[in-house]
Amino acid sequence: MLILKLLVVDDEPGMRRGAFRALRKYKFELRDFNDTVEFEISQATTGNEALDLLSKTQFDIILLDYKLDDISGLEILDRLKKMKYDAHTVMMTAFASLEVAISATKSGAFDFLAKPFTPEELRKVVKKASTNIVLHRKAKKLEEDKKKVRFQFLSVLSHELKAPLNAIDGYLRVIDDRVAGNDIKSYDNMIKRSMERINGMRKLIFDLLDLTRIESGQKIRKIKQINLIEAVERSIETNKLKADERNISINLDAQEKILMNGELSELEIMFNNLISNAVKYNKENGYVNIKIEQEEDSIYITVEDGGIGMKPEEQKRLFGEFVRFKNEKTANIEGSGLGLSILKKLISLYKGTIKVKSEFGTGTTFFVTLKSLPAASPPAESA
Amino acid sequence: MSEQEKRYFGKTALVVDDDFDYQELISFYLKSYGFEVVVGGSQAEGEKLIQETDFDLAVFDLMMENSDSGFVLSYKLKKTNPKIPVIIVTNVTNETGYHFDVSTDEMRSWIKADVILDKDIRNEQLYNEINKLLG
Repeated sequence: MLILKLLVVDDEPGMRRGAFRALRKYKFELRDFNDTVEFEISQATTGNEALDLLSKTQFDIILLDYKLDDISGLEILDRLKKMKYDAHTVMMTAFASLEVAISATKSGAFDFLAKPFTPEELRKVVKKASTNIVLHRKAKKLEEDKKKVRFQFLSVLSHELKAPLNAIDGYLRVIDDRVAGNDIKSYDNMIKRSMERINGMRKLIFDLLDLTRIESGQKIRKIKQINLIEAVERSIETNKLKADERNISINLDAQEKILMNGELSELEIMFNNLISNAVKYNKENGYVNIKIEQEEDSIYITVEDGGIGMKPEEQKRLFGEFVRFKNEKTANIEGSGLGLSILKKLISLYKGTIKVKSEFGTGTTFFVTLKSLPAASPPAESA
Repeated sequence: MSEQEKRYFGKTALVVDDDFDYQELISFYLKSYGFEVVVGGSQAEGEKLIQETDFDLAVFDLMMENSDSGFVLSYKLKKTNPKIPVIIVTNVTNETGYHFDVSTDEMRSWIKADVILDKDIRNEQLYNEINKLLG
């Protein structure tokens, strides 16, 4: 429930009473925000009294008579403007004329109400002003939240870039100081680790580019009919080398052709993330089973691995940006921590869903649904 | 650097760091001075190793599962074995702007480490500090 403070400024007692009665028990629902708005009403009989009240209390809405005995309504508007007073003012006057309306709006009034008005007309104007206030506040809040998230993202990103730099720097110092003598072989492991960390950074930068491209939605998507099996086969090929190194088999269970509307490169990135995770977090001689089924315009993808699995508390945090789990089993696995964010954003472009089932030590299964897009779709909304 | 080689042969060092590369680096330095090295990858592992292993020197990272993990480990170690020297190696100044050292009584009253070093450590510097502590 949201209570807005409303001030009625009028020298006619009948007007103030009428406004009070019309609004005292008035409330309305903001359906989009799941919120109800109610009013707390104060009254002022003169311009000076109004200015006094306004200086003490922050009102949200002011119903202001145009023609007051001491100070004119326009003069009050001017002063509020100079004070940068943040309220929506509705100008009320019996002398309804276009000029009055124009000068009031110029001075910063939100709306205009011609006397005499019915309680219904008053409520309508107040509702309009209230809705506008709420929308403004929500928009401001959203903007602040966005800035906060952005800042967090950047500070984590800089940490993720600094960590490998520091490690490589440390290794180079050891080699530079010939800590283990002049035989280059003594430093083999450090050189290997440095190259791995450089690869990690490269992957992070590429993932970051993917993510920015998907988020900005600026890339023009070429939606056409494609065979999803082509995307998954390419991705299996990409991951085969890493899988072979640890004798992990990648098996595909699907028809030869699964036709859908979409963009092949996006779906390939999606499979790359799913399959590379399944290989990375696997065991020696493990397996990755991929199953794809189609039912009308829905596609169901299951990627199951017999890998190291996740703990329940890890599963809850899984889809955040830069989330990587540190435990004895993941200590030597490289990753940018952006893969699943990318995956989630891509899947949302296909109006799909992603779910995960996992058991620590036994394995993980991802369940993805996708919808075939309408052909010749306009550029996609960003996720 | 041949004169520093194996000076600490027969001694053991405990290294606790959650960054695999720093485990490698610190261990590499210590091994070149002759230490046998026992490694832990978290505060929890460190606490266990403090109780279960015998060692002559400890090197802790500061921020692991908790942002004060290294301080906690130092405190716990000194409580049972006040004579074992402790070095904290940390990036905290780089990462957060906070600076810790043990040059004043006030700092020493709550930081139980003997030396705090920055992670962009150099061979000579580490070797000299260890010589001061164990030599």
